[in-house]
Amino acid sequence: MKARVHVTLKNGVLDPQGKAIGHSLNRLGFPEVGEVRQGKFIELELTETDKDKARQRLDEMCRKLLANTVIENYSIELVG
Amino acid sequence: MKAAVLVFPGSNREGDVAQAIELVSGRKPQMVWHGDADLPKVDLIVVPGGFSYGDYLRCGAMAAQSPVMGEVKRRAGQGVPVLGICNGFQIVTEAGLLPGTLMRNAHLKFVCADVHLKVETSQSLFTSRYQAGQVIRVPVAHAEGNYFADDETLKRLEDRGQIAFRYCAPDGTVDGTGNPNGSIRDIAGVFNETKTVMGLMPHPENAVEPMFGGTDGKALFEGLVEALT
Amino acid sequence: MSVADETSPPVRLPNEPAITPQIVAEHGLSPEEYQRALAIMGRTPTMVELGIFSAMWSEHCSYKSSKVWLKKLPTKAPWVIQGPGENAGVIDIGDGQAAVFKMESHNHPSYIEPYQGAATGVGGILRDVFTMGARPVANLNALRFGDPAHPRTRHLVSGVVAGIGGYGNCMGIPTVGGETNFHPAYNGNILVNAMTVGIAPADRIFYAAAAGLGNPLVYVGSKTGRDGIHGATMSSAEFNEDSESKRPTVQVGDPFVEKLLLEACMELMATDAIVAIQDMGAAGLTSSSFEMAAKGGLGVFVELDKVPMRETGMNPYELMLSESQERMLMVLKPGREELARKIFEKWELDFAVIGRLTDTQRMVLSWHGDIVGNIPIPPLVTEAPMYERPWTPTPLPAVLDAADVPAPEDWRASLLALMGCPDLASKAWIWHQYDHLIMGNTAIRPQDGDAALVRVPASASASHKGLAMTSDCTPRYVQAHPETGGRQAVAEAWRNITAVGARPLAVTDNMNFGNPQKPEIMGQFAGAIMGMAEACATLDFPVVSGNVSLYNETEGRPILPTPTIGAVGVIPDIAKAVGSRLTQAGLGIVLIGETAGWLGQSLYLREICGREEGAPPPVDLAAERRNGDFVRAQIEAGRVRACHDLSDGGLLVALAEMCIAGGTGMEVSLPPGLAVPRHAFLYGEDQARYVVATGCVDDLLEAATTAGVPAMALGYSGGPSLVIRDVLSLALSDIRTAHEAWLPTYMNATE
Repeated sequence: MKARVHVTLKNGVLDPQGKAIGHSLNRLGFPEVGEVRQGKFIELELTETDKDKARQRLDEMCRKLLANTVIENYSIELVG
Repeated sequence: MKAAVLVFPGSNREGDVAQAIELVSGRKPQMVWHGDADLPKVDLIVVPGGFSYGDYLRCGAMAAQSPVMGEVKRRAGQGVPVLGICNGFQIVTEAGLLPGTLMRNAHLKFVCADVHLKVETSQSLFTSRYQAGQVIRVPVAHAEGNYFADDETLKRLEDRGQIAFRYCAPDGTVDGTGNPNGSIRDIAGVFNETKTVMGLMPHPENAVEPMFGGTDGKALFEGLVEALT
Repeated sequence: MSVADETSPPVRLPNEPAITPQIVAEHGLSPEEYQRALAIMGRTPTMVELGIFSAMWSEHCSYKSSKVWLKKLPTKAPWVIQGPGENAGVIDIGDGQAAVFKMESHNHPSYIEPYQGAATGVGGILRDVFTMGARPVANLNALRFGDPAHPRTRHLVSGVVAGIGGYGNCMGIPTVGGETNFHPAYNGNILVNAMTVGIAPADRIFYAAAAGLGNPLVYVGSKTGRDGIHGATMSSAEFNEDSESKRPTVQVGDPFVEKLLLEACMELMATDAIVAIQDMGAAGLTSSSFEMAAKGGLGVFVELDKVPMRETGMNPYELMLSESQERMLMVLKPGREELARKIFEKWELDFAVIGRLTDTQRMVLSWHGDIVGNIPIPPLVTEAPMYERPWTPTPLPAVLDAADVPAPEDWRASLLALMGCPDLASKAWIWHQYDHLIMGNTAIRPQDGDAALVRVPASASASHKGLAMTSDCTPRYVQAHPETGGRQAVAEAWRNITAVGARPLAVTDNMNFGNPQKPEIMGQFAGAIMGMAEACATLDFPVVSGNVSLYNETEGRPILPTPTIGAVGVIPDIAKAVGSRLTQAGLGIVLIGETAGWLGQSLYLREICGREEGAPPPVDLAAERRNGDFVRAQIEAGRVRACHDLSDGGLLVALAEMCIAGGTGMEVSLPPGLAVPRHAFLYGEDQARYVVATGCVDDLLEAATTAGVPAMALGYSGGPSLVIRDVLSLALSDIRTAHEAWLPTYMNATE
């Protein structure tokens, strides 16, 4: 099955990349854009077939490597 | 002083720090490949600068999971001193040996320049040859040196004197003007609770010879040699 | 499986189109060139074979428009180990050590995708150096951008600088010098010339010539994808408005993988396993395998299905032409494959035996058992097109009389304007993004001297050597009169090296020009080469490597002819080197060389008077030699505290630069009885001149007299201002502000 992990910065952590993106969009003629937060999208192909087991393992993967829990949150989505 | 310098795929300042250690201690450190969980018995472990694993995912994230780091954590737990410089600081925080994390420079660019640092305390084997409050000049060279920790952690660091260096103006004033990357409270380096592990973003190893960047970094290594020989 | 008979036609690939004149044209071959290929093959080529001809006969790989002229350059000297023709040039620097260096352009890709174009340019030149067994120790780059007011310029500067830094910093090689200019002629065609210098044991240089019948052909590094297919052909073509849609052909670099590749190659090179090695650059597997076989007088059998692939469904055509980065091709000694494999696997790189050397002198390509390409090698080389394109010389413009150039209305304002103009302004915004300190050997930092200087890792000798490096060119001079400009570029590079106390040894040239099929452009090329050749010969300064980039034109508008000269020299004892920073008060300021007040093509004329006219300053090579040798000897004798050679902006700009770099002012006077207007003396760009700061003026002046070198004491260092008596007094802080403000303000502006 396929897993999709979104890693985002926690609220309160300064995101200079997000800010730069927001300003660029404003300058390009999109004044309606306010705050922008940039994150990471990681897609994984898993051989695991049990959804619960997969979720548990993915949780561990996120805490161990994919996200730095000091400053990042993560969310997991399973597909197929 | 017997020292080990770790080498990860993508490390690139292991030569610089090995050169500095040899210059000050008279003894070449051992270069240890990341894949070896066998770390020799040494007085000091150095995690050098570079782009380990290309800085992919997060700086230091994958290096922190290398076999050798498991052993480094064990030794640190036994009190063996660990020095993390630049990417080494990133690896050591990712490995959980130091609090906080290093993020992208606030201005989003790589910066290689001399900075001034205020030595916050001389009460550690890394800083014993400096005076508290002394201002030193050393270079930085990084794109992700923006130190961050949450308020609770910061309070703990301040209360327990775990801040090692802060970016300052040439006259020692800590007011943000000397900060090259936006790090919180101008923090350039921190200790763990026992002050046996230190991480810093600047490169003292590039300030040990008069013709090559000045010598303000030398005292850091001299302090280590004095304490550990 | 046996090698197919020479005459049996290869198998065509599924869905392979028939070759039409349009397909031939799309491959960048002229009808006449295609006829030549037909004659060599004796039949219609397959698409793969056509692709190979197109790549090998592209301007970039074959130098077809430039070769006839490049032959005129001096390439020999007792200290030259390897001249042009290999991946890089090699010179003996003493104590059993050699310097390996080259400069290369990545102009067209950098215009299309500035970050990746510049990054892969750095990656490519690094590979050219370490493929010869030399560990890179320094990078330099020469950048030419368009008018700052042009809408694309800011984006290009930002991307190129980030790309150069991104790649070089990750590789762990200091970027220590270079130059950055702006001119509207580069609006549609920026120039990114990247130079790398490496050090190797002189008796352990690795070459590309394949040897050993049956020896394995080995591929290492990254997997092959579809990057940059037709890059070599693409870079040989002019841009038009369709260029934006050419984005997919730009290669993407991974400096982390190249760092691993560097370490793995260095490890393997310490063993005796390698017979020959070549990096895969332009035209990837095609040019590397072809050149290795051709140089060795052998043939090669390649099993393309064994090539490590990054994408599915790749075909032989794509595999041969892909320009995926970070790949090398090697010929190993038989039986050494396992040793090599272990090293590359340790560094987590792909390793594959993809073929072997044969004695057929043919390139035979196999795909899952079928022969899909079969080309004779020697004729492709000997019959490669070589054009003697018609050329018309640029006539020497009339000499501009200083009397026809107005003096500044406001001296202070003129100096501040010049110090803050794009060409002269501080480039700190740029080089602070380059790690210039890594490896701990940088003795002169950017803007602290006329050349970069790095310590050579200790060898047997007691004192440490210094390797001096520079990149220089004054394109407006070349435009005005190519021969003078070519001569001047070499002379200035030679002066740069001399000014830090080093002996100039050799040159790498990066020739950037417009469309060579236009006689006036070919004339620029020819003129520049003739000027360069004369200077190289007179100064004992041979060309050991180089690169040519043509067709730098957009909508028919060419760039300024830009023959970038990269150079390397050595100072035997690095402790004796000097920079250009004035840090002490009380030093005598002495001007070395003759000043007639040459304002033609000067920056003063362009920036302050708004004119680009006149003959460029003449170059007296004998005077260059005499004056430079004198300055170097004085540095060696310990009489010089700081030295700066004069160029853009003339004397006044040079004095200002020395003062603000070191934080010490000076008070100088114009010589009595000046025969030329003051602004001609102070802003003229006469050549063969230096300013030295010395603690022993009299000794130095006496030595100059003995050496027959013009020398004039101007005054003394000290104080917070630059004072030219009866002309101007300017606080250093004001000069510094003007100098440092322009570039960061420009880059941070949001339009």
